[in-house]
Amino acid sequence: MADHISLQGSDTVSSGSAGSQVVKPPALALGPLGWVRANLFNSWFNSILTILILWLAYQVIPPLLNWLFFNSVLPGEGVTNQTCRASGGACWAFIHEKYRLILFGLYPYEEQWRPIASILIIVGMLALSCNRNFWRPWLAVVWAVAAVVVAVLMWGGVLGLPFVRNTLWGGLPLTLILSVVGLVVAFPLSILLALGRRSDLPIVKSICVVYIELIRGVPLITVLFMASVMFPLFLPTGVTIDKLLRAQIGLILFASAYLAEVIRGGLQAIPKGQYEAADSLGLTYWQKTRMIILPQALSITIPPLVNTFIGFFKDTSLVIIIGLFDLMSASKAALTDPAWRGFYKESYLFVALIYFVFCFFMSKYSQWLEQELHRGHKR
Amino acid sequence: MSTRGPGNLAPQAPRRSLINDPNVRAIFFQILVLGGVVLLGWYLVSNVLENLARQNIATGFSFLDREASFAIGETMIPYSPASSYSQALLVGFLNTIKVAVLGIILATVLGTIVGIARLSSNFLVAKLASIYVEVIRNVPVLLQLFFWYAVISESLPQPRQALNPIPGVFLSNRGMKFPGLADDPIWTWVGIALLAAIVGVWLLARWARKRQEATGQQFPVVLGSIGVLVALPLLTWLAGGAPTALDVPELQGFNFRGGINISPEFAALLMGLVIYTAGFIAEIVRSGIRAVNWGQTEAASALGLHRGEVLRLVVLPQALRIIVPPTTSQYLNLTKNSSLAVAIGYPDLVSVANTTLNQTGQAIEAVSIMMAVYLTISLGISLFMNWYNTRIALVER
Repeated sequence: MADHISLQGSDTVSSGSAGSQVVKPPALALGPLGWVRANLFNSWFNSILTILILWLAYQVIPPLLNWLFFNSVLPGEGVTNQTCRASGGACWAFIHEKYRLILFGLYPYEEQWRPIASILIIVGMLALSCNRNFWRPWLAVVWAVAAVVVAVLMWGGVLGLPFVRNTLWGGLPLTLILSVVGLVVAFPLSILLALGRRSDLPIVKSICVVYIELIRGVPLITVLFMASVMFPLFLPTGVTIDKLLRAQIGLILFASAYLAEVIRGGLQAIPKGQYEAADSLGLTYWQKTRMIILPQALSITIPPLVNTFIGFFKDTSLVIIIGLFDLMSASKAALTDPAWRGFYKESYLFVALIYFVFCFFMSKYSQWLEQELHRGHKR
Repeated sequence: MSTRGPGNLAPQAPRRSLINDPNVRAIFFQILVLGGVVLLGWYLVSNVLENLARQNIATGFSFLDREASFAIGETMIPYSPASSYSQALLVGFLNTIKVAVLGIILATVLGTIVGIARLSSNFLVAKLASIYVEVIRNVPVLLQLFFWYAVISESLPQPRQALNPIPGVFLSNRGMKFPGLADDPIWTWVGIALLAAIVGVWLLARWARKRQEATGQQFPVVLGSIGVLVALPLLTWLAGGAPTALDVPELQGFNFRGGINISPEFAALLMGLVIYTAGFIAEIVRSGIRAVNWGQTEAASALGLHRGEVLRLVVLPQALRIIVPPTTSQYLNLTKNSSLAVAIGYPDLVSVANTTLNQTGQAIEAVSIMMAVYLTISLGISLFMNWYNTRIALVER
């Protein structure tokens, strides 16, 4: 295989026979036929690969399409789990039956417009924050307002909304809240950690290094375990914090260490001259950091920051292990209904699709942003 | 943590006093930070001690010697419920190591293949590889583990109706059974011979390089190595009387006996971790190869190297410098992600420590054991990869 890759997208390195090659008539070098020759059958090795893949596709795609569409059971009158089991195709009726459980967890059925509204607000705010023209101080104010609105919607207890304990929250809103709150709180913390790690003060530096390396050296699960079983012991007698908050604190501790390393990368990329120029202007450490260094460092690190966000968004699914009812737990819970056991493919596919849409969009956004931000550096 | 401008700190202080001396301020703020951290630590520890005393939980690691009294499905060393907690944790640790080592090897192979496939001039191969990368990287690894576990444990038949694709191999929802070699003392010696052959190959490669540097003569290292690797164990096997007895799995009652078993939990965990991590390694390999200047390839072919040599001697050594550091992080991620085993019931360290925690209530000790072990593994992998990285790094003036 190694012999047949094309480096840098160009053609393969010219082989010994290139000199004696006869010039082909244009009909074979252009058009669809020419494309097929150039992209699918340009060497004996590639021809074998092409035939192999086409054969595999023939084996896989028709049964897959049958399962997904032609034999699948759509929700409708009189469609039960028995219909699904008899059909042998995908059981979309199962998703129709359980989508409210998967998306909203145990949230009271008749109040579920509230988590829907919360999802829309959070997604809307995320979309708004993607536009670079809106990166102004007022965006933070809008976020704060949105956070209050979401809190009111989810908890209720005011404005005539019935109170809903956060132990009943679940599904997609929980996943979104855990990841957005985790990132928003972890971000300033991580800036302090990154600055601390780059600091000249040995004690501050070593505390930050130990914290970052400790958290990055252990799996997220152990941080979550620590949050869920050790935090109650850390608190004075009589004070308790609930499971959701404990998980949220664990996620914040975790995210801040990872974000700190990304931001440290940005800080390291700022040329020394920038620091020296700021010093010669007589700026204090915090003036220099706030006005000269951080704006540059953060704008360099936006693409890797978005990548860290994606990783973190996926990682919130681990709260299932300490018993929180997020999107993933809810999808597993939907499968425990004895009548609908065994439709795990549909359930996991549905959840995977939700995660995929969020992550794929974020990753495309990060790639676009990279192009956009590096415009000035291109020659 | 916050430092302020001199004006804010003490408006009435006279200029050029101690307060404006950067060294004094540095010491002052460090004492402040250290004091804060120590105070917080003291507060937390005192709360912990008070809470533990109230709940009558003894601190310390003496519980490790007590009888664990729970069974573990997969063990690499002798273990029974009568063994101690420390023995149980050791079993979990070895299981973690097993899945991590195999996972790293397989993910590197798969990731490299997919990464190179993304650069293929074959349209179908390149597209297929990029779809793989996009899909795998954007779905949580835990979901993928659940999926593979469900595929194995729900789609495969009961042991009685086990699939039998090749004679001797049985696939069922209890795992994959295949024939192993029957016990014979000679296999230990074959193993030792194989290790000796690996050392021999290493020495051979060193000698061949020295000789080429000194005289310019090339030695067929690859052929020679394969020869040594095959011949030495083969001769040992022949010397031991060439035993061929196999331990073939047989259906007895409700399950199979004999043979080698790969449990569904292990298979699902390994498969999930390898497929997930390979997606990331593929991108690293691709960007590493693309980062090598095209002029290098042209120069190498102008020197008359053929395609394989260009890749092996010119492109890959330079690409490796870019590939190694991020791949190290992926190895670490794979090792850390192996802790998700607890979600599908593979008895890794976290799973065993979690059971221990629930049985004894020793939360602090159990969590610190988990953390300490993973920290040690992480530091070990980074140290090794950093050593390797320095070895291959570009030496500049």
